[in-house]
Amino acid sequence: MIAVELFKLVRRLRTWMSIATICALPLVVAIFIAVTHLEPPPGQGSAFLSAVLNEGQLYPAAALALVLPVFLPVAVAVIAGDSIAGEASAGTLRYLLARPVGRTRLLIAKLVSITAFTTLSVVAVTVTSYATGVLILGPSRAAAVGTAPGGISSSIAPGVGGAPTAGLQAGAAITSLSGAPLTFIELIERVLGAMAFISVSMLGVAAIALFLSTIMDSALGAALGALAALIASEVLVTLNAASAVQPYLPTRYWLAWIDFFRQPIFWRDIQRGFAIQAVYVVVFLAAAWANFATKDVTT
Amino acid sequence: MITTQELTKRFGRVEAVRQVSLDVREGDRYGLLGPNGSGKTTLVRMLLGLVYATSGSITVLGEPIPRRASRVLPDIGSLIEQPAAYPHLSGRANLRLLDAAGPHSTRRTRRRRVNEALEEVGLAGIDTRPVRAYSLGMRQRLGLAAALVRRPRLLILDEPTNGLDPRGIRDMRDLLLRLNADGVTIFLSSHLLPEVSALCTRVGVLDAGRLVLQDQLADLQKPTGRVLVSCDEPERAVSILDGLVERRDGADLVVRSADPAELNARLVAADVRVRALAQERRALEEIVLAVTGAGSDQFGVPGHEAVVSSPAPAVATDSALAPDSGSDSAAVPDLASAPDSGSVPDSGSALDSDSDSEAAP
Repeated sequence: MIAVELFKLVRRLRTWMSIATICALPLVVAIFIAVTHLEPPPGQGSAFLSAVLNEGQLYPAAALALVLPVFLPVAVAVIAGDSIAGEASAGTLRYLLARPVGRTRLLIAKLVSITAFTTLSVVAVTVTSYATGVLILGPSRAAAVGTAPGGISSSIAPGVGGAPTAGLQAGAAITSLSGAPLTFIELIERVLGAMAFISVSMLGVAAIALFLSTIMDSALGAALGALAALIASEVLVTLNAASAVQPYLPTRYWLAWIDFFRQPIFWRDIQRGFAIQAVYVVVFLAAAWANFATKDVTT
Repeated sequence: MITTQELTKRFGRVEAVRQVSLDVREGDRYGLLGPNGSGKTTLVRMLLGLVYATSGSITVLGEPIPRRASRVLPDIGSLIEQPAAYPHLSGRANLRLLDAAGPHSTRRTRRRRVNEALEEVGLAGIDTRPVRAYSLGMRQRLGLAAALVRRPRLLILDEPTNGLDPRGIRDMRDLLLRLNADGVTIFLSSHLLPEVSALCTRVGVLDAGRLVLQDQLADLQKPTGRVLVSCDEPERAVSILDGLVERRDGADLVVRSADPAELNARLVAADVRVRALAQERRALEEIVLAVTGAGSDQFGVPGHEAVVSSPAPAVATDSALAPDSGSDSAAVPDLASAPDSGSVPDSGSALDSDSDSEAAP
């Protein structure tokens, strides 16, 4: 069943359109910055954007910061909200269940498919923005200096896996948010960490949308419901009067992945972020399962 | 094959299905009749484990539903209301996907089974167009193909001829008869009486959630003990059959007699030329209307008469009236229950009863 769901995912045009849109935003931003050489002053705008003109290799981090607040959650909420409700309103749900596909199995397969989509989106943004950063914004000046002794210019080779060992020293001068230098390997590790954290953060949204998807027959309703929950959470996160509930809001630790780029990594919020997302995923999946397993399928 | 005991389903305060005890036997072609909204679809969904019963029990293929649904559903092909498919995929891709979704599907035989199913429903030459571009009839055929991919022992079909043209209805009926001859039990629900009377061996009638009738169609349509006679000299016939003629309408007589052959012989012996002669049977419509409530008039107008006429004189047979003969002839309504309706010709205004004549090629 998981294979079937993944097949449905990759055969849908919508999947690729969403990913293309998510990847396009950082590209557009990079083009504007490269053309105008104007980047937001430090402390303003999206995280990392103020540094990318100096260090193109940091652009994946900036790109993730760009798509995280809206694009990524919207895409995930649409896919997850559609997962059960879309099948229900199209009428295919009853045929799947009568085949029979167990209801628990179907939910698990949907979750795997949503996770695959989220991971794929995050990876696609990272890879395309790395290429964008290196090709459009150029290598970091420090890296350019670093290549001189070794005489190897290929440290800027696009594609993470293709970077030769010699590039490690070259990239060594990339600075963390704390000002301390990061090696190229460290940068990769931290970008991977950030990708993992952001993917998990999206699973919280996915679980809420999936739950709503099992209680209503409208895919749109489920997606919008999940987004409404996120917006409410964002509002409360900035509201001092709501400080009592803030630690438990789903978006409270969304930006904690930035801590991966501190030297040393600041783990506290990252751990809390993982924990709170795990709680949301478990609670809403349990609710989705409890509801779906006992539901009369009348569509 | 299917038995339910006191099956009841409540949606909030509405009782959609009330104490229904179905009995579908192996090899049956069972037709579940009832007006729209009488609970047919809810009942079908309960049989497939999609809707959970409020009370009562269901056994399908010897296993309790919904507890063991995963064990029996692979042996059941189903069509539930409209067919449904992923619109961006081709029909063939849809069948493969659906087949792969269920348990115990053998990948090795999948291509062959999909092709055979498509062939059976007349979509063998299907191209790679997405289902989005299909006509309603093609979708219906695809839905039936999906039900057949697993080579089921039991077919549960809810309104299978919805959206089909007359040719499609005929094809569907022929296919179901062929499958039934190969041992597949068929359970279908419909509000189209001609469809059921042309296909089914056994009928159940739902009315406002209750099963008000369940019997073999042949038993329900036993001869009524009256014979319809059409002859050249009705006055003379009336005097020959002194006292047996219940009603006369021009050259057509309704005669009380249990033996049409004997009746024919008497008339011919007296030199009365008989144009047509047939045993009267109750039309399914009359049977259904007699048991359903006064409010459910959605079956069409009562009174549905057609006298079989044949150019050859002295045809003494009732074979033309057999339920699956395909001719839209049949019977005069039961006089006891509808005394005035006999003179009403088949006006064709009954929506449902039209379909049968349209189905003829």
